[in-house]
Amino acid sequence: MTTTPIKFYQVGSFAVGNRLLSEEDRSIQSDPNRTNALTSGHRACQGCGEALGARYALDAAMRACNDQVIAVNATGCLEVFSTPYPESSWRIPWLHSLFGNAPAVATGVAAAMKAKGRTDVRVVGQGGDGATVDIGFGALSGMFERNDDVLYICYDNEAYMNTGVQRSGATPPAARTATTQAVGSAPGNVFGQGKNLPRIAMAHEIPYVATASVADLRDLEAKVTKAMSFRGARYIHVLVPCPLGWGSASCDTIKIARLATQSGLFPVFEAESGEVTSSTPIRKKVDVEEYLKLQLRYAHLFSPTRNDAVINHLQEMADKNIRRYNLLNQSSES
Amino acid sequence: MEKPFAITLSVESSLANHTGSWRVEKPEYVHRMPPCNNACPAGENIQNWLYIAEDGSYENAWHALIQENPFPAIMGRVCYHPCQDVCNRSFLDEAVGINSVERFLGDHAIEKGWKIPAPDVESGFKVLIIGAGPAGLSAAYHLRRLGHDVTVRDATHAPGGMMRYGIPKYRLPREILDAEINRIKEMGIRFEMNTRVDDVHVAMDEGFDAVFLAIGAQLSKRAYIPASEAARIMDAIKVLHDVEEGNQPLLGRKVVVYGGGNTAMDVARTAKRLGAEEAVIVYRRTRDKAPANDLEITEALEEGILVKWLSTVNHVGQHELRIEKMELDEKGFPQPTGEFETLEADSLILALGQEVDFSLLGNSADLDVVDGTMTVDATMMTSHPGIFAGGDMVPADRTVTTGVGHGKKAARNIDAWLRKSTYENTKNTDLVTYEQLNSWYYTDAPHVVRERLEASRRAKDFSEVVKGLDESNALYEARRCMSCGNCFECDNCFGVCPDNAIIKLGPGKGFEINLDYCKGCGICVSECPSSSIVMVADK
Repeated sequence: MTTTPIKFYQVGSFAVGNRLLSEEDRSIQSDPNRTNALTSGHRACQGCGEALGARYALDAAMRACNDQVIAVNATGCLEVFSTPYPESSWRIPWLHSLFGNAPAVATGVAAAMKAKGRTDVRVVGQGGDGATVDIGFGALSGMFERNDDVLYICYDNEAYMNTGVQRSGATPPAARTATTQAVGSAPGNVFGQGKNLPRIAMAHEIPYVATASVADLRDLEAKVTKAMSFRGARYIHVLVPCPLGWGSASCDTIKIARLATQSGLFPVFEAESGEVTSSTPIRKKVDVEEYLKLQLRYAHLFSPTRNDAVINHLQEMADKNIRRYNLLNQSSES
Repeated sequence: MEKPFAITLSVESSLANHTGSWRVEKPEYVHRMPPCNNACPAGENIQNWLYIAEDGSYENAWHALIQENPFPAIMGRVCYHPCQDVCNRSFLDEAVGINSVERFLGDHAIEKGWKIPAPDVESGFKVLIIGAGPAGLSAAYHLRRLGHDVTVRDATHAPGGMMRYGIPKYRLPREILDAEINRIKEMGIRFEMNTRVDDVHVAMDEGFDAVFLAIGAQLSKRAYIPASEAARIMDAIKVLHDVEEGNQPLLGRKVVVYGGGNTAMDVARTAKRLGAEEAVIVYRRTRDKAPANDLEITEALEEGILVKWLSTVNHVGQHELRIEKMELDEKGFPQPTGEFETLEADSLILALGQEVDFSLLGNSADLDVVDGTMTVDATMMTSHPGIFAGGDMVPADRTVTTGVGHGKKAARNIDAWLRKSTYENTKNTDLVTYEQLNSWYYTDAPHVVRERLEASRRAKDFSEVVKGLDESNALYEARRCMSCGNCFECDNCFGVCPDNAIIKLGPGKGFEINLDYCKGCGICVSECPSSSIVMVADK
């Protein structure tokens, strides 16, 4: 794990801060003077995981780079809710071009900064899962291949939420979306398709790849900070639950992200040059069912009749992640 | 400003867009009732003083504690800590060692010589307290803090009541008892010891504006037991009293104690310390039905005290007694079986409970007594205006902590009565359950176990059995508190708000919600570890 656990201060390193911790042991988000790269008044839905993830990540990137950061944003919820022309929620230099070209634009910004001799200015490319795993995939792969000096962050909410919850290459099996309805013999999204972008990124053998979620702030901050210590192409994949698209209660956003990690469905790990270097152990193991049943996109697995075959299939996926990333059997309490 | 074609908004930050207007519910910071506070017979705000102690501010924590209870060092030894029985942390790992932290604060205060603040103004009212036990001393303390002139009268020669004459030294060392009582004396309270009050009304007419009666329950209950003339039968209260006064009672080598309450345990353990080779407790029901606190039973058993459960004493001879085996009927009452057993015994000590000795009150016919205890109303006042009563002489649990609680309650009501107002104590009934906490956030941290003297060593003398915590483990223990229902500034709400709508006010000041931007998603409520934010309808 990237973070060093803090012992016995009631909430250790699990909560955002704690009055009993020394300043340096507190998270960036606990600082009243944090950047708030994405400020209030944005039009994200109630309980938006992406708004939270973007602020967590960019505030950490700003802190790591002495505030010298430019963000390049793909089309998607994050762009639309933050910047309905002529208003903007960004408190960071920010560019938006097209849905599919954010990695290429980020490459260009990095090249321009290099040409100007401003190597102190760092570039973050960001987008949702649609822009990243589908529409901008070619541009992203090129950015990885060239090892351009960009940190690309994907905020994965597992479908095209902005346009009305259509399936993307990151939509998990069995999930209901507008284009994978819960009808027929295999309701919801099919098994066996889709793309695991963290593993594809690793296959490019870029310096740094990590996954994170909005449920573990300290881990996310530590990974962004670590990513900024490398030069070259870096990729962080952040799970950000979407109350609208997932059919979950707005207050459960973090809880659902936590259950995704604790069930093993979303493995949290990091890799350098194509090799996994560490993974965050599961602290309180839960069955995938705990995660699934809070979301209406999986409601068809539980009513009118329970679909054990599909639930078991999803459990097998989680179990495979647990084996592959060694998520259990590490020394437990963290 | 000139706006671009087809654009109605100005070029500016989204801060102009008050998304709070979307909201139908809003979060609100609240103070809820932690189970420990709810269970405390002395009405301590435990969560609060633990919170203060957590950053090492022991003196402030002690001052907060003594707002409700002047005896933390005593409590930390003799209280049966009902707070810990209901601590929500026990569902996570183990209850917080509240009692051990209380003792640490109490001992620390004695060591540092911290003083009780003087009252702001003298009220001019005079109050007489009859009985210098836990209830009387607590009332004296609280009345003095409220500015009243207080006199305490007691028939014994040293104050403390059952804390001195009932609880043995190995549970409550006398230097601790004296230190906490002296601190109360120094507040300017008059103690008139060796002064028996024979008539409450005469005493009151000496110029007191109110009286608080707390004479306890000192009369041992008797049971008719056939006995030969040479049998030695004593009562437990007298034995404990004699030991305290330095008069060693003649108990013999083998001692049998009859009864299953805390006094029975205390007297059996005392007998062992006085040199009895064998101390046997005879009790008519089973361990789980015994009124003694389980901790006391455990400690007694560890010290080699034998217990004959389901037995009654049938006949007492000079060196032996006959007991009869009992069995519980369907209703849980013991019934004789006709099976007998003989025990060697040089003496029998009766610990069958105590009654209030109303003869002490002399002319008190106008005070209502029902079933052997004095009737008081919700303000602790007896049927006679201005005369209040509490402690063991009114119906309640007979523990030190309950007595201390009575003293406080009576003091506050006496104060109100004297000032011709009423004491409003609206108890917060919004109790926090474990399920309402977000336990994910609490680190696993097992309870620090207080060291106890080796059982074989401790049964030989009166040294204190349970040891205290040192500063480092007291701090650790305090920090195990989950702060149920009250903010402890973990910054979670501040961090997890997707709309940056939480304002952090700085250390000790907590947080505020910026309703201009709060969309009412409720993440702060569900991610609050201590359940101290709730959603309410937004009108």
